[in-house]
Amino acid sequence: MDIKHSTFKGGIHPPYRKELTKDKPLITVAAPEVVVIPMSLHIGAPCKPVVKKGDKVKKGQLIGEANGFVSVPIHASVSGEVKAVEPRLHPNGQKVMSVVIENDMEESLHEDIISRGELENLSPQEIKDIILNAGIVGLGGATFPTHVKLSPPPDKNIDCVIINAAECEPYLTTDDHLMRDFPEKIVYGLKAMMKVLGVDKGFIGIEDNKPEAIEAMFKAVDEKDNIEIYSLHTKYPQGSEKQLIAAVTGREVPSGALPMDAGVVVSNVGTALAVSDAIRLGMPLIERVVTVTGSAITDPQTMIVKIGTSVNHLIEACGGFSEPPAKVINGGPMMGIAQFSTDIPVIKATSGILCLNEKDAYVPEPSQCIRCGKCVSVCPVKLLPLYISEYSLRRDFDKCKSYNALDCVECGSCSFICPAKRTLVSSIRVAKREIIASSRKGN
Amino acid sequence: MNNEFLTVSSSPHIRASHSTATVMRDVVIALMPAFVAGIIFLGINSALITLLCVVTSVVTEALMQKYVMKRTVTINDWSAVVTGILLAFNLPISAPWWMAVIGSVFAIAIVKQCFGGIGQNFINPALAARAFLLASWPTRMTSSAFLTDSYTAATPLALLKEGGEAATALPSYMDLFMGNIAGSIGEISAFALLIGGVYLIVRQVISWRIPVVFIGTVMVITFIAGQDPLYHLMAGGLMLGAFFMATDYSSSPVTVKGQIIYALGCGIITSVIRLWGGYPEGVSYSILLMNVATPLIERFSMPRIYGEVKGDA
Repeated sequence: MDIKHSTFKGGIHPPYRKELTKDKPLITVAAPEVVVIPMSLHIGAPCKPVVKKGDKVKKGQLIGEANGFVSVPIHASVSGEVKAVEPRLHPNGQKVMSVVIENDMEESLHEDIISRGELENLSPQEIKDIILNAGIVGLGGATFPTHVKLSPPPDKNIDCVIINAAECEPYLTTDDHLMRDFPEKIVYGLKAMMKVLGVDKGFIGIEDNKPEAIEAMFKAVDEKDNIEIYSLHTKYPQGSEKQLIAAVTGREVPSGALPMDAGVVVSNVGTALAVSDAIRLGMPLIERVVTVTGSAITDPQTMIVKIGTSVNHLIEACGGFSEPPAKVINGGPMMGIAQFSTDIPVIKATSGILCLNEKDAYVPEPSQCIRCGKCVSVCPVKLLPLYISEYSLRRDFDKCKSYNALDCVECGSCSFICPAKRTLVSSIRVAKREIIASSRKGN
Repeated sequence: MNNEFLTVSSSPHIRASHSTATVMRDVVIALMPAFVAGIIFLGINSALITLLCVVTSVVTEALMQKYVMKRTVTINDWSAVVTGILLAFNLPISAPWWMAVIGSVFAIAIVKQCFGGIGQNFINPALAARAFLLASWPTRMTSSAFLTDSYTAATPLALLKEGGEAATALPSYMDLFMGNIAGSIGEISAFALLIGGVYLIVRQVISWRIPVVFIGTVMVITFIAGQDPLYHLMAGGLMLGAFFMATDYSSSPVTVKGQIIYALGCGIITSVIRLWGGYPEGVSYSILLMNVATPLIERFSMPRIYGEVKGDA
C-alpha cells in the first residue's frame, strides 16, 4: 500500500510555528502537589462526584459517575487524599464542581487497573463498555464521548473510521509527538474502533508537514489491516472533520448532518491511543498530551500531563514566562479560547497552552469591508462570510440563515485573511447562536 | 502570578500580515510601470496630471470624511491614491488642470464617499468620473485631444473604426505593445500594464479570472467578426480596464461564478461597442454597465456550499 496525497478546497496558510516544540522530545511533567478535576470534562451532562472530603483515592479510581448516555465517568489522576469537593474555575470561564486531590506522590494504582485482554477475544459491545468505563472522549478538543460516536443508529451505514491526525492548528505538536512515539498504540486503537463498528476500512490522515509521523504510522500498519495513510496538504483547516472527510473519502457530510451520515466515524490520534491503553492496560483516561508554547514561554515543550494539573504548573515546567504574557489561550491560535487566568486545570480538551507576548497578542482595529472577496475564496464551506457578518451586525438573522450561516464550521479562516481585520467569524458565531435560539423558540 | 493584564478576545488569535493599506499600495506599485511608460511616450505632463489627480483625490477624501461624512479619516489606506492614478490614466495628455481636479472631486466625493466610502461604491469611481467628464466636455476627452508632440493623432481604435485610408496609418504591433501610440495617459503601453497585472495576480491582490475572461472574450469576438484580435488587445483601454478597473473590489462580484459572468459581460459589451457602436472604444462603458449589474449577478451565482443537499438552497 502507498501513502496517498489529498486535500480540500479553500483554506489558508497561517504561520505554523511548530518548530518551537516539534523537535524536542515528549516529556512527562513532574507530578503536581494538587490536582483539581472538574466534574465536566466532556460535552454532555456533568458527572456526579462519588468521593467526599477526607476520602483516600488511588490513581485510576472512579471519582465522578457518568450522568446519562452522553456522559462518561471521571477518574483520579493521582493517588492521595480528597481535600475538597467544591466549585473551581474551569477553562470555560465558569466555576464548576471539582474534586481537589492532594497528591501523596505514591502513584499507587487502583486494583481495577488491569488488562482487559486482547482485541481478538473481546466482543464489540465489550470494547465499547471498556471505552465508556475508561472515560474516553474525543481529545481533538470537542470532547464528545467516544462510546456515543461508536453507537450509530442502526439505519446509518458506516463503512470506515478515519483517524484525524492532521493537527492543522498552528503551534500544536501533540498528535505529531504521539504518532512518532506510539504509532503502534494508535493503530491498535483504530483497529478497536473498527471492530466496534464492524467496518474493515480505516484511514489515517496526516498533514505533510509531519514527515516523521507519516513514516512512523506507515511502518506501524500491516498490509492486512486495510488501513491507509493519507498525506494531506498542509493547509488550515485540514483537520476540520468535514474537510478531512472530503479529502480522504471524497464524500461530503450533508448540510446539517453528522459524519455518520456520510458513512464515516472520525476520531483523534490521542483518542485512539487512549482506547489502546484502556483495553491493554485497563488504564482510564487520566493523562493527556499538551503543547505549552508561544512567544512568552521560556522553553516550549510538549508534555504528558495528568488531568487536573494546574496550567501554572506546566508553565513553570517550561521555565516560566520569558516576558510578561499578554494572552493565554487554551488550545491553538485559530480556534482556542483566550483565558483570563492561568489558575485553571488541564482538562481532557486541553491540547495546548499558548502564551503570547504583547506583540503577538495585538488585536488589530477593524476597518470597513473592502469587498476584496478573500474570505469567500478561503472559506472551506464556500460561504460568503462578508455578507453573513454584515447581516449579523445588523441583527438580520433571517438573512444570515438564508446565507447558510449554520453551515459555518467556525474555523476562523475568514477573520485570519481579512485585510480590513474584520472579526468575521465572531459575528457569524453570534448569528448561529441567534438562529438556533429562535428556531427553539419556534418549536 | 499576575493575571490582571491578559487580553481576552475571540478566536482566531492570529491574523494575516496584510492590510487594506498594503493591498492598495500593491495596486499603486502595479500601476507604476504604466506611469513610467506614460512619461516616456507622452512627456512629463502625464506625471503632472497624475500627481494633480492623486493630490486632489486624497484631499477630497480627507475633507469629505472629516466635515461631511463625519467619520474617521482613512486616507492612509492608499485607496484614494489608487482612484487618483486610475482617473489620470483615463485622461488625455492635453487635459487641462481643472478637468483633473473636477474629475477627482467627483470620483471621491460623489461616487465614493456619498455611497459610504471604501467598499461601498457601486460603480468604479475613476470610470464614473471619466464618463462624467466625457459627457461634460466631449471634445476635450475624445480623439481630437490626443496630442503628442504638438500634433494631433487619432488613437489606433479610432483609425480602425474609420477604416479605409485611415487604416493604413495604423501603428505596428511593436509600437502598440510598447506604447508608442496615441491614447489616454495610462492605457498606451500594453507591456507596462501587463507587468503590473501579473504583479497583482502574483501578489494575490486580484484573481486571474476577471482580466483573463474579459480580455479573452474581446479577442474571441473580434476574431469572429473578422478583425485582428491582437490589435484589439493592445490598442485602447482593454488592458488597463481588465486588470485595474474591472477588478475594483467594490463594484465587481465576490463569487467565482459571478466574476466569470461579469467579465464575460464586460467583454461582450466592449466588443459590441468597438465593432458596431458609435464610439471607437467601449471598455469604460462596459465596466460601468457590468458594475451596476454586480448585485444581480451575485444573487444568481451563489456558490454551492459544502454538503448542500439538492433542493435545499
